[in-house]
Amino acid sequence: MDIYKSVIGGDKRAIARFISLIEQRSEEAINLLKKIHSRTGNAIIIGITGPPGGGKSSIVNQLAKKLRSKNKKVGIIAIDPSSPFSGGALLGDRIRMQELTMDEGVFIRSMGTRGALGGLSKASYDSAKVLDASGMDFIIIETVGVGQSEVDIVKLADIVVLVQVPGLGDDVQAIKAGIMEIGDIFVVNKADKEGAERLVKEIEMTLDLNPNKNEFRPPVIKTVATTGEGIDDLFVNITRVWEHFVKFDIIRKRRLARAKQELIDIVKENYFDDFFQRYSEKIQDMAEQIYQRKMDPYSASEIIIQDIRKVFFN
Amino acid sequence: MIAKKIRVLIAKPGLDGHDRGAKVIARALRDAGMEVVYTGLRQTPEQIVEAAIQEDVDVIGLSILSGAHNFLFPRVMELLKERGVDDILVIGGGIIPDEDIPGLKEVGIAEVFTPGTPTSKIVEFITSNVNK
Repeated sequence: MDIYKSVIGGDKRAIARFISLIEQRSEEAINLLKKIHSRTGNAIIIGITGPPGGGKSSIVNQLAKKLRSKNKKVGIIAIDPSSPFSGGALLGDRIRMQELTMDEGVFIRSMGTRGALGGLSKASYDSAKVLDASGMDFIIIETVGVGQSEVDIVKLADIVVLVQVPGLGDDVQAIKAGIMEIGDIFVVNKADKEGAERLVKEIEMTLDLNPNKNEFRPPVIKTVATTGEGIDDLFVNITRVWEHFVKFDIIRKRRLARAKQELIDIVKENYFDDFFQRYSEKIQDMAEQIYQRKMDPYSASEIIIQDIRKVFFN
Repeated sequence: MIAKKIRVLIAKPGLDGHDRGAKVIARALRDAGMEVVYTGLRQTPEQIVEAAIQEDVDVIGLSILSGAHNFLFPRVMELLKERGVDDILVIGGGIIPDEDIPGLKEVGIAEVFTPGTPTSKIVEFITSNVNK
């Protein structure tokens, strides 16, 4: 199978195989990623994040159905946590997306975080590119159930939808830093439950406190994902936010920042990891001395940096 | 390049609504370091095969308690063949009479685990038979 050609042609087996190669960080994946790069950048990437059990998968399911009714092709990456002990994972997001399985225009891939802590998996960034190159119009990334500070989704998505549910805390939660700052659209799901109105008000109040009044103000939408209530509203708002972000150059800036971060990460991974591996004995020895209080970590780091400079400038 | 993680799809074809067994297996495989995609109840063979392809799994584990195994298991194998998939290990579990097992193996089910099988045996079977 010529994976490149098949992926461009939208072949699902090829897409699936390519993603597995990315997860294994194989040489072949890197070569293929080089080839597809010029064909990416066309899909709109939507991140769905929020606490565990908040209804993210159900919202993804409903949103994908809505997009399909507009004849848009949808790629979905759904991430669940890997065990820090066994490395295994139970990936259960498909349970809520059963009705999408047989849809020609939908591709769903479940992923374990495999040690990543920001709510995504390492492979999710490059896998989104595969879906993009395969001709998907929209890519939906569902993060793991997040707490307060897993905000890596901002590094991948064009638009972040933050799902909240009533009953999780008082109004101070809404003004804390971290997760509450990354939503481009706020969804109050399970809006038929007690406390939904209050949560909407609390979020609106937080948004009122934003010192830059002229800036974009994220919409707050109520949904009941199990019935599909409010999904039309979510879709309309995604379209509006996208148009606004394009008009005010926000998408370009985000994507440019993403490209920069990605380049830095790749260099770090390939160069520095390599470097640390070569110096692992020296580092081990230094760690011993730091532990025994014969050396402090700052002085030790200066010695390492000196070495890096030598490698760079000789 | 890092070692490939074994990915398993646990599916429940057919109409019975009992998935305790499937969940116990899913948990045991997770604890053995595998990535388990659980698709939920009442899956058609078509859905199972499509999900297995998109998830690029190494193993499909079918759980069935309704007695329809002689139809559903061969149907899954047939669909895999139609799609040109020959590198997925398919195993079955549930209430399956001994006399039906040889027939299921003949159509390509690699092994059938009946009630009382220790989960460690299933883990061992997968690790030693999966297509590496």
